[in-house]
Amino acid sequence: MNPHRTAWLFLAPALLVLGVFFLVPVIAALGLSLTDYDLYALANLHNLRFVGLHNYWALLHRPLFWSALGNTFYFVAVGVPLSIGTSLATALLLNSPLARCKPFFRTALFAPVVTTVVAVAVIWRYMFNTKYGLVNYALGEIGLHPVDWLGDPHWAMPTIIAFAVWKNFGYNMIIILAGLQAIPPDLYEAARIDGASAPRQFWHITLPMLRPTMLMVTILTVAGYFQLFAEPYVMTEGGPLQSTMSVLYLMYQDGFKWWNLGVASAVAFTLFVIIFAVTMLLLWFARRGERAAGGRA
Amino acid sequence: MTRHEGQGRPTTPRWRRWHFLWLLAGTLALVSACGHQSDQAKTLTFWAMGREGEAVIQLLPAFERMHPEIHVDVQVLPWKEAHQKLLTAFAGGTTPDLAQLGNTWIAELDALHALQPLQPYVTHSKVVRPADYFPGIWATNRIDGTLYGVPWYIDTRLLFYRKDMLKAAGFAQPPRDWAEWSEQMAALTRRPGPNHYAILLPVNEFEQLLSLALQQDAPLLRDNNCYGNFESAGFKHALRFYVDIFRRKQAPLLANTEVPNPWTEIGHGVYAFYLSGAWNINEFRRRLPASQQGDWATAPLPGPDGPGAGIAGGSSLVIFRSSPHKGQAWALIEYLSQPKIQQKFYALLGDMPPRRSSWRGSVLRNDPAAQAFRSQLERVKPTPAIPEWERIVTEMQLIADRAAHGELTVDQATAELDRRTNAILEKRRWMLAHHQGRDP
Amino acid sequence: MNPRLARLLINGLLLGATAAALLPLLWMLSVSFMTPGEASALPVPLLPAHATLGNYRELFAHAGMGRYLLNSLLVASAITVLSLASNLMAGYAFAKLRFAGRERLFQALIGALVIPAQVAMLPLFLLLKYLGLIDSYAGVIVPSMASIFGIYLVRQYARGVPDELLEAARIDGAGEWRIFGQIVLPLLKPIMVTLAIFTFLAAWNDFMWPLIVLTGQEHYTLPLALASLAREHAQDSELMMAGSVVTVLPVLLLFLALQRHYLQGLLVGSVKG
Repeated sequence: MNPHRTAWLFLAPALLVLGVFFLVPVIAALGLSLTDYDLYALANLHNLRFVGLHNYWALLHRPLFWSALGNTFYFVAVGVPLSIGTSLATALLLNSPLARCKPFFRTALFAPVVTTVVAVAVIWRYMFNTKYGLVNYALGEIGLHPVDWLGDPHWAMPTIIAFAVWKNFGYNMIIILAGLQAIPPDLYEAARIDGASAPRQFWHITLPMLRPTMLMVTILTVAGYFQLFAEPYVMTEGGPLQSTMSVLYLMYQDGFKWWNLGVASAVAFTLFVIIFAVTMLLLWFARRGERAAGGRA
Repeated sequence: MTRHEGQGRPTTPRWRRWHFLWLLAGTLALVSACGHQSDQAKTLTFWAMGREGEAVIQLLPAFERMHPEIHVDVQVLPWKEAHQKLLTAFAGGTTPDLAQLGNTWIAELDALHALQPLQPYVTHSKVVRPADYFPGIWATNRIDGTLYGVPWYIDTRLLFYRKDMLKAAGFAQPPRDWAEWSEQMAALTRRPGPNHYAILLPVNEFEQLLSLALQQDAPLLRDNNCYGNFESAGFKHALRFYVDIFRRKQAPLLANTEVPNPWTEIGHGVYAFYLSGAWNINEFRRRLPASQQGDWATAPLPGPDGPGAGIAGGSSLVIFRSSPHKGQAWALIEYLSQPKIQQKFYALLGDMPPRRSSWRGSVLRNDPAAQAFRSQLERVKPTPAIPEWERIVTEMQLIADRAAHGELTVDQATAELDRRTNAILEKRRWMLAHHQGRDP
Repeated sequence: MNPRLARLLINGLLLGATAAALLPLLWMLSVSFMTPGEASALPVPLLPAHATLGNYRELFAHAGMGRYLLNSLLVASAITVLSLASNLMAGYAFAKLRFAGRERLFQALIGALVIPAQVAMLPLFLLLKYLGLIDSYAGVIVPSMASIFGIYLVRQYARGVPDELLEAARIDGAGEWRIFGQIVLPLLKPIMVTLAIFTFLAAWNDFMWPLIVLTGQEHYTLPLALASLAREHAQDSELMMAGSVVTVLPVLLLFLALQRHYLQGLLVGSVKG
């Protein structure tokens, strides 16, 4: 049998699915974003207009887009460091030779990751209820004023960030833990002989050795956090005062609530470009940092 | 990554390849079978919303006994998602046979050519007699002279209030105009104690401000509904009144998601007024203890100078053009339109029937809570019947919310609202200019 | 630092973190057994006064939870089986079969990972409308029948299959399909389990696409049903919590049973190959 043909037969099902249900739609989305496809056009294609880049132009002049973008950046900029910091801290704890019952702790800390976002968001909504929530109750017990967590525009996003950190940190924890375990123990041995303190060992051995792991974890987490949607959908419906409206929520609303598919496609593409640019920026920083570190060594 | 290099052992015996393939084939067959819904001639898909959906299920066994050839499959959509679900169903070509439709959405779905004209059915009907319906409500179902829906129940927003709290504050009667209302709210806010307000106006609901706005003479849109008219003196007057309630701390800046149980809170005296709709009658009866049942009542909505207008709300029953069972769907509409059934529906839920003969039943005649609605319904006003209205009114609520939070002044808010409205209506203007007609 | 103190500190911190991680889940479980209205009281009750299964009964008897559970099972299983089949074949081909443009095609696939899935959603809806798959199980299943991540995972693992083994079989006259079925697949078993549980969990927890494509509730999966319930029945927190338990418990148990495979897949998938 022709080996080439065999290979393509093996590839066919997957490539067919990815091509028809992913690649073609992505290209179509680009085309769609240049039209004013809406409900009228859905009812009758004669009502479709080609509008060029107007959707993108209008987006740049739409306050809601900018605030959604701002909210999303806020979520990423605060959520990612907190999330990875928590992952790193718990991974270090789990990696410590002094830690007990490691499998139990590892499983328990990982448990939130496998839960369903919608279901646990419902739980958090109640835990952070102003009146009957566990959190305000605990605050009250230690004499603090209750906070209107999900109703105050200043607190809603921090609450969602806390939720995202709780839900996601276990994932990166496992990856970082594997990275920690891959560091050769003799490096620490040598450092100990040189009399380096624990913080110095962390700073000069652990962190540099973790660098590739951390870079990858950061890139994946950033890309994931930019796609914020289900959390605000369930917890706040984008409110209060649209303070938890994310770019993806905006796309969902424009596209699947009001059926302005043209505008929504422009939102989706803009988000894609932003994620891409941020990823490239991170890679560039990492490479520059590597060069600087290499130069020093 | 080669973490399994030691696994080069050829462990081939009796690989259960065929099981795997059978499983695959079976799943494929299942998937494709699920793709096509079984199209039994007898099953009627009926979409209804929220409480109405839950209540109507109880009315259907009798219908199915009368029509053994029809089975009704009721799908209950949450009110908050209903509008979106309907549009999605239209976009995806999966509309039901018939549905309950908020009467402001009829224009929208008609513009999409999704609805079946009903006049031929009504002409031959012995049950649905247009003359028996309140004319204002019947009119909301006619778009450019064509009838698309039969009113099912009517609703408007008015005041629920605590009689005892008003009395304690020195008021024998509920307010009749805005001045009295302001005075009472100010007095109720002053009462001692923490964490209480005069009124509950959830900031994520548009109906309250819309009710106040409809009490003004100025229309909400102008020039054949092609431009916003929110910078009119009338709308500004309404918005200012609305915003002041929050600025004076007479109402909390809360969304209804944060007040999951308003009835109990009103029972506890957190609020003395609640501007809401008829379904609350039953909730109050159900959720407040017997000892408090004498304490709450309903009152018509105060207007700027005397009893004011309100929303011509409510739902209609419509049949979708794509339905293969239009005859059966009409049979169900006729059944639900019988005065007897409408009275039962009222007893289940508190939703007001749209026809006069239904109001003659003792249940409604003797219900004091319903009487305020009866009088309010004399003064209801429709909203613009254009497809974009739902979106415009959503923007109105978002901007009013920001004004209530003090982020925008009334002038800024109305200017922004007109700007957004005009942008939303751009396509409508283009359509009117290019098609010279209403066809989309 | 005093080693005893250090041990106390480290284990104490771990215990604290674990409590924070598990508290919401335990509270969910506790509230789900409370009587309606019990949780909305002050002081906030931690345990039910009289544990009841009433919420669960209500969910399954009136809210149609049984149906949603079956829907979720059906959709997640179908996606798992189908995408497993296509990903295994493609991943193996990329790892072990020679054809022109192999590396470039694979690079292109990996490059496509940067495109968020949501970009495709709007046209995908129109495409599925054309195919008549809106509001059907197939509408959820079909777009997930292959995944780049899955192909990548399989390829990484399959590269460890020794070429000599395959060559020997070819010399013996075995056809490619036979080699795949009888030699390769058994060797890929560990990654199959890993990929299966990964896919199943992702499909079970998926929210946005089912929310878009399923318009009628008879096809709802558990997350959709729960989100919808949470919007309409916000006042019944005990019922909501029971719904959350029903949604979360199956995946949590599955994870506990197969966590070794799951965590391994997570590592294979995340390390650059």
